Amino acid sequence: MIIVAYLAGHSTPCMSKVNSLLNRSKMFFAEIGDMTYFAGRFFKEVFKRPFELKELMRQCYNMGNRSLFLVVVTGFILGLVFTLQSRPTLTEFGAVSWMPSMISVSIIREIGPVMIALICAGRIGSGIGAELGSMKVTEQIDAMEVSGTNPFKYLVVTRILAITMMLPLLVIVGDAVALFGSAIVENLKGGVSFTLYFNIAFKSLSFNDIIPATVKTVFFGFAIGLVGTYKGYNCAKGTVGVGEASNSAVVYTSMLLFIIDFIAVFVSDIFFEI
Amino acid sequence: MDNKETLKPVLEVKNLQKSFGDNHVLKGFSLKLYEGENLVIMGKSGSGKSVMVKCMVGLLQPDSGSITIKKQDIITMGQSELDFLRTEIGFLFQGSALYDSMTVRENLEFPLRRHKDKIKDFKGTDESVKQALESVGLLKSIDLMPSDLSGGMQRRVALARALILKPKIIMYDEPTTGLDPITANEIIQLMRSIQKEYNTSSLIITHDVDCARVISNRMILLVDGTNYAEGTYEELSNSNDPQTKAFFKH
Repeated sequence: MIIVAYLAGHSTPCMSKVNSLLNRSKMFFAEIGDMTYFAGRFFKEVFKRPFELKELMRQCYNMGNRSLFLVVVTGFILGLVFTLQSRPTLTEFGAVSWMPSMISVSIIREIGPVMIALICAGRIGSGIGAELGSMKVTEQIDAMEVSGTNPFKYLVVTRILAITMMLPLLVIVGDAVALFGSAIVENLKGGVSFTLYFNIAFKSLSFNDIIPATVKTVFFGFAIGLVGTYKGYNCAKGTVGVGEASNSAVVYTSMLLFIIDFIAVFVSDIFFEI
Repeated sequence: MDNKETLKPVLEVKNLQKSFGDNHVLKGFSLKLYEGENLVIMGKSGSGKSVMVKCMVGLLQPDSGSITIKKQDIITMGQSELDFLRTEIGFLFQGSALYDSMTVRENLEFPLRRHKDKIKDFKGTDESVKQALESVGLLKSIDLMPSDLSGGMQRRVALARALILKPKIIMYDEPTTGLDPITANEIIQLMRSIQKEYNTSSLIITHDVDCARVISNRMILLVDGTNYAEGTYEELSNSNDPQTKAFFKH
């Protein structure tokens, strides 16, 4: 504090850096506060009528169905590459028979949820940010409000709910495809039959692996929806702001996903003895 | 227009003030809009016209003053009451503000689906949409996307959307801005015919002198956030005041 006060009292380049750092920290915490308020408003509105079910279903379709191909391709390649890269090391230690167990546990617990959430943050989070941002700058959100519709309910609540519900399903599909990709490599390289591979893979999994991993994807989905809608809904500065909203939605969400993941693993460790 | 004493004001603004930080945009603006009247608010760009009209529909919260629509103070009313009152107000945005992910039909259906119970003699969603589009001459564009329409057509669809709930008051924010003179004239004529057909009271925010000349019953000049001058088009355009005169120079 003394150093900061000393530097702030002296007109040096160092002082301007300190001031800029202080301003940026202030803005960062102000944004966290705004986002918390935004999340609070979501929980306040989510239980109120009208529930906008038609728009919710449309968003579920947009986010779920249209992300499916990307998730399937990514999951397949993930399983394939992960198995190919791990094989030589396990062979060296004579532990290649552990491959299905190792792959299934790592994909289900950690790699699958995090990778697919990151992909959805890129595809869905930025899409929400850009869509709501452009609606904001072209006064479409104002038009909605003037027509007697609550735009927060119609645009924000439906999108957050849709991605919160869809992400766990996408992760389940992605995990399954990743295991299938891994099974193909094992079948081609090690002659392991699909039945044997999946028998070993599922034997090594327990509810303690599956439940925490699935629960954390609900939080991942909520984070993607919250940040994307927050950035888009509060977009300013015209078309430049739309780009910024889209870009910062991805950056903030990615950071938030890792923080949530850390907390989820920490909590799972206490309650599920992983 | 009849004598003001015999008419009821449908909208009344008193001493409206609004600031953004140190920028004092509105400094005590007042107006009365009477039943069936076309009131034009003129002012330079950045004089606070759009801020004023956004305060009137509750999109912005004024710092002080009162806004009364149909004898109800909109500043103090709750969200659900405000949403209900908004169904009696049509608003045409400067950039049309059509929902670009929806077709023309869906744009018009959007307010209708939520508030159709508030319309007297409702003839069904499809019929109402077609009727509104017919009144702006765009029935053929019913299944097009807003991006397939020209600027003038978008403005007309936006007008049809503003009319769909049969509002008693219509607010136009720069209705002719960004349009060529021929299309602008079409929009002005459309506004006149709508006023006759639906018997609405209109508040028109503009800096287009031709628009003001054709459509206004009365005008208010907004300068530095306050009422600078008020009167009919003829009275103001023949004024000797230099600042008032400056608005009417071509």
